[in-house]
Amino acid sequence: MGEKRFMKGNEAIAEAAVRGGCRFFAGYPITPQNEIPEYLSWRLPEVGGAYVQGESEVASVNMVYGASAMGVRAMTSSSGPGISLKAEGISYLAAAALPAVIVNISRGGPGLGSIQPAQSDYLQATKALGHGGFHCMVFAPASAQEAVDVLYDAWDYAERDRNPVLVLMDGCLGNIMEEVELPPMKELHDEDLPEWSLTRRNGRDWQGNITPIYTEPILEGLNAMAGEMYKGWEEDDVKVETFMTEDAEYVVVAYGIAARVAKEAVLTLRAEGVKIGLIRPITLFPYPKAAIRDLDYTQVKGIIDIEMTVPAQMREDIELQVMGRCPVYEYGRSGGCLLDDDGVLEAIREVLEGGEA
Amino acid sequence: MAEYKRASLLADSPSGYCPGCMHSLATKLIAEVIDELGQQDNSLNVISVGCSALNILYWGGDFLSVAHGRAPAAATGIKRVNPERLVFAYQGDGDLAAIGLAEIMSAANRGENFTVIFANNQTYGMTGGQMAPTTLIGQKTTTTVYGRDPATTGYPLKMCELISTLEAPRFVARYALNSPKGVNDARKGIKKAFQIQLAGKGFTFVELLTNCPTNWKLSPLDTLDYMNTNTIPYFKPGVYKDTEVDAK
Ligand SMILES: Cc1ncc(C[n+]2csc(CCOP(=O)(O)OP(=O)(O)O)c2C)c(N)n1
Repeated sequence: MGEKRFMKGNEAIAEAAVRGGCRFFAGYPITPQNEIPEYLSWRLPEVGGAYVQGESEVASVNMVYGASAMGVRAMTSSSGPGISLKAEGISYLAAAALPAVIVNISRGGPGLGSIQPAQSDYLQATKALGHGGFHCMVFAPASAQEAVDVLYDAWDYAERDRNPVLVLMDGCLGNIMEEVELPPMKELHDEDLPEWSLTRRNGRDWQGNITPIYTEPILEGLNAMAGEMYKGWEEDDVKVETFMTEDAEYVVVAYGIAARVAKEAVLTLRAEGVKIGLIRPITLFPYPKAAIRDLDYTQVKGIIDIEMTVPAQMREDIELQVMGRCPVYEYGRSGGCLLDDDGVLEAIREVLEGGEA
Repeated sequence: MAEYKRASLLADSPSGYCPGCMHSLATKLIAEVIDELGQQDNSLNVISVGCSALNILYWGGDFLSVAHGRAPAAATGIKRVNPERLVFAYQGDGDLAAIGLAEIMSAANRGENFTVIFANNQTYGMTGGQMAPTTLIGQKTTTTVYGRDPATTGYPLKMCELISTLEAPRFVARYALNSPKGVNDARKGIKKAFQIQLAGKGFTFVELLTNCPTNWKLSPLDTLDYMNTNTIPYFKPGVYKDTEVDAK
């Protein structure tokens, strides 16, 4: 049995990272994720790890780049404006094939936006976390417990792929307190350091080097390999929750905090006899295409995309799978205005009654 | 008689730097000091962006190649998780004094225990000779075709002087590579910096005044005179901070 605690989402993320083997963190303060660096600033030294408050997000992600090159499980976290600054470094991590975990506790955007929660970074997270056409696996937990589970295993994916992993949550999930069950500390040994790491030269008869620079034709080959890796994710790593979709005539698609509010609405409507279900992507990349594509469209009359951002950002990914077989509606709040039960219910009812969401 | 050997961390291939470019000289000096200190297996070169990035081809030891200006940040990450390694970043003036100004000043201020070797050639060599933060007043570049005008571009940044105002750095010095004496002093300065790092004492900074025959549009030989008349009077060689001596 794991250890039960009542924790803020951000703190749960930090503790789960440590238990998952994270031993280096660098970051720069930004709301609503400050509890992550604050927690790690004292927690990492307790377990022999290192914490650095970087002079910027640009520097922080490059510190992670350096630590990761030494084979150490390294992480950084931020929110929208800071993730934009990390874009360069994330692209370099992908280019140099370095694992790392990046956490985005998102807030209202664009620009400085607001410090209140919003799911405003879906497109950035899934389409272009930086220049050059690369992807990261993107996890979108919907509770502190799910965040713990994701963080605990995040480096296993990152090291398997030698590619950064992004965890996307919003300021709401980062700041509410929930009960979590914490897994045991992963035991990592020096012998387990990845063989490509630059940790020790002793006894190694090859030059250790890691670079984000390649020329043609090698770079084209690496681009193609990355493409194969992304395809592999689609086959093996998709995570999705489907809820009451078997007989559903209407299906809500929502992730993270929006999915929690949407699930309440689905339960309320089910109690009234409405045949409605929910698809909750847990991985946003790879996207759970099949869950949407393989719905029975002789039965499904409409799909409702609910996001805490306006306009909806996931809609195109949904439409690509629906392929015009039923209408797709969207409803959202943004700019720090939260989704609430009444608003979501009302929006769904409008769709059911034949109107626009 | 001392035997003259090729430094062991230089790759077997000849350097492809432009003829007369002091990046190759500086790289050789570092490799020789590493041999002298027996640190071949323990050293880690953090390769920056600029002509220095070519060292991914010419450096035979371990290296991590990093983003433009971010070498001190990456080196921070390296050293914090692996304090034993001899870590140095080799950065050009655009890399260090423009895009990477925050990273160098902050790493120096934190007193990170690594060495930065700063090759100051007063131009952006790699991108074809644009103005650098260190370009001299009046110096012609592809973006200051009438010469650098301080009214719109300010003055050349003196990094040794800036960094030596900070509390944490342990050794800050500038050498000019255009004379045998300058080269010998530079070798000693690099060695001293590495020794301070190996003793775990903190941040060390060695600036090397270098040239760029291609973009200065001078013959390699003429760059040596040019440095005497123009570069050295502005960027004065010397030891700007040495806590080993200051403490005595
Ligand atoms: C973010 C970013 N901006 C611009 C460049 C283009 N770039 C490559 S090298 C360089 C200048 C290098 O000049 P310097 O640091 O003085 O080194 P040198 O080539 O003169 O040795 C620039 C601007 C880049 N690689 N990355």
